[in-house]
Amino acid sequence: MNYVRDVWLVASKDLRIERRSRVALQQIVPFGGIVVVLFAFALNSDRTLLPPAAPGLFWVAILLATLLAIGRSFNVEEANRARDGLRLSGLDGGSIFLGKAAAVAVELFLLEVVVGIAVVVLYDVTPRSALVLICAAVAATIGLAATGTVYGVLAGGLRARETLVPLLVLPAVTPVMLGATRSFQAALDGSPGDAWPWVQLLIAFAVLVVAAGTVAFGPLLEEA
Amino acid sequence: MTVKRWFLASTLVLLAVTAWLALYVTPPRENQGFDAVRLLYLHVPCAWLAYLAFGVTALASVLWLIPRTRATTWDLLAGASAEVGVVFTALMLIVGSLWGKPTWGTWWEWDARLTTTAILFFLYLGYLALRRTATTSDERGMRCAIAAIIAFADVPISYLSVTWSSTTSSMCASTARWHSRSFWRCLRSRCCTGT
Repeated sequence: MNYVRDVWLVASKDLRIERRSRVALQQIVPFGGIVVVLFAFALNSDRTLLPPAAPGLFWVAILLATLLAIGRSFNVEEANRARDGLRLSGLDGGSIFLGKAAAVAVELFLLEVVVGIAVVVLYDVTPRSALVLICAAVAATIGLAATGTVYGVLAGGLRARETLVPLLVLPAVTPVMLGATRSFQAALDGSPGDAWPWVQLLIAFAVLVVAAGTVAFGPLLEEA
Repeated sequence: MTVKRWFLASTLVLLAVTAWLALYVTPPRENQGFDAVRLLYLHVPCAWLAYLAFGVTALASVLWLIPRTRATTWDLLAGASAEVGVVFTALMLIVGSLWGKPTWGTWWEWDARLTTTAILFFLYLGYLALRRTATTSDERGMRCAIAAIIAFADVPISYLSVTWSSTTSSMCASTARWHSRSFWRCLRSRCCTGT
């Protein structure tokens, strides 16, 4: 029970910082929006190209915004040596990892809602099979947030951290991109049955990364 | 020193024999880019060397993580081996691409093995970037060991991806098997006839 309370403490701390600073709302969400608009320009605003490409473009936009969210999540620990406070708090490394990943995941869920609405409106996409879309989005978001949090602490305190994190995170989240795009594609094509194997891949990836992060985060935080 | 000379001499002799077997003895294959099929003698060893190097990196990283066996040597071995692996992965991708153009009609196919190998390449480029960024051994050890173990998860995926999906690289694997059989037939025939 204490473990859950610790997770909640860390997650609520990060979310409270975001609510007060409004960085996620005023910078990360508009960033997701402008990426969606730029993709349409890149494809010449072609109504025949945009709907089939929409799942891929949606997840690339989310992935790019994830990098900002991860950077932000670890930047707040750099200021005023907050990382030392976290280390000395006596909280278990696993609970700190789950708390930080949960906070990033909540931010990404909100971002996905906004970017999803933008995709539906701008790309002329009709959402179908809501259950598949929600399951795929939840599993993919947990996978993205957990992977980003692992690599965020891995690169913590290093010079050139801002450029290193994308190089580490992007190849590692390829299964998420693949699974999320294919499951969204199947759902939007009206064949949700084809989406479930991809949703299972997303769930398996999320479980693996959350387990690995829970074990590795403590020692990595000590090193950072 | 004598051992080193023996290694050098035997390596040069074996390389010469391999070049003769690959470029002269084995036959071209019509639907595999004719003589381009000989690139497989470079491509497949590059792949195995890359996998071996990444395996050594993962093993050295695990040995670094175990407190009883922790030593700077393992960290240095992991880094050196990853560099070798990255070079051979790049060679594997380049040679595979050169083989792919006359065979498939394109430099790149988005099949499972090519894609997972490209991801493997970028994962280890990230690992090497992490090593360069973390300058002291204290900064490097734990982070790089964990990053190496995570990256190694892609090696079995890359190797088994041909079995999991019947895509163009499965054709490459079957070509390698076909070429192996043809090679032994040709070698027997040349040895018997003296041509």
